[in-house]
Amino acid sequence: MSGTASTFAEIWVYLSASPLLGLTVTLLAYQAAYWIYEKAKMNPLANPVAISVAMLVALLWFTDTPYPTYFEGAQFVHFLLGPATVALAVPLYANLETLKRNLLPLAGALVAGSVTAALSAVGIGWALGASRETLLSLAPKSVTTPIAMGIAEKLGGLPSLTAVLVVTTGILGAVLARGTLNLLRVKDHAVRGFAVGIAAHGIGTARAFQVSETMGAFAGLGMGLNGMATAFLFPVLVTLWGG
Amino acid sequence: MLAALTVLLVYQLIGEVLVQLLALPVPGPVVGMLLLFVTLLARGSAPESLRTTANGLLAHLSLLFVPAGVGVMLHFERLGAEWLPITVALVASTVVTIGVAALVMRALQR
Repeated sequence: MSGTASTFAEIWVYLSASPLLGLTVTLLAYQAAYWIYEKAKMNPLANPVAISVAMLVALLWFTDTPYPTYFEGAQFVHFLLGPATVALAVPLYANLETLKRNLLPLAGALVAGSVTAALSAVGIGWALGASRETLLSLAPKSVTTPIAMGIAEKLGGLPSLTAVLVVTTGILGAVLARGTLNLLRVKDHAVRGFAVGIAAHGIGTARAFQVSETMGAFAGLGMGLNGMATAFLFPVLVTLWGG
Repeated sequence: MLAALTVLLVYQLIGEVLVQLLALPVPGPVVGMLLLFVTLLARGSAPESLRTTANGLLAHLSLLFVPAGVGVMLHFERLGAEWLPITVALVASTVVTIGVAALVMRALQR
């Protein structure tokens, strides 16, 4: 009996040192979470990212696995955020005509949304007594992860905390968008999508694609443009402010 | 699919190199996205294989956020100490941002 246990322990030691486990459990957890999401008729409250993160945190906690060990494997999924960001050029280009036709409304909404996202988060956090590092990590929370982490690092925030705040923002956006937009009687799927993309980046966009093609395309547009605008404007603003 | 994935990686690589060379304040993939967008504009169309691969990658976009999200376990202490400002800031800011962006866009459409 103790022989089996020690063999199992040896296998565990071997597996937990290889990236295979972290990668596999990430994919398994996501697919299980997605299955639950579909069973819940795509209810925004059953957000697949939230569910998979909860399952994985519980698993790592129970097996006493440190995050860096898990990330050894999960980094292969995380890495794809880079090419995925580049890939955003494709839907952006596919919506070129709509982009041209709505240039002014899109530009106005982009500037207003981008500034609102950063200022309201930092302002509210500051008023309620959040620490400086937390505030700097909060500022880029509406932008997609690779961009936000880069910005947080340049600002002097904590990139890994920013990543968590970005993911949380995305989940909140996916959950709260429908209610907010219905309350404001915004019906146009282009407008709904663009607003969700600006506020809740890729997770909001993933949600928007499940509602309609138009909503998803505009959410992707909002995410891409907000990422670009924030990436270019933020460091300039901070340099001006700091100098 | 392989060719298209290579294109995405090459553009990301060019982006990273430009960021390092010119000391740009933006992440490499963003520069890569801009360059790819400009290339598509100049080319006048997006190749079918690039569209398929890009859409395939973007269809599973939310999966890509999971590893970063699990990083929450590194910050339990800070989140416990500052849960009130963080929660209120995230929830209120997200709702306000969605509202402001939607209302401004609708107002300018008319």
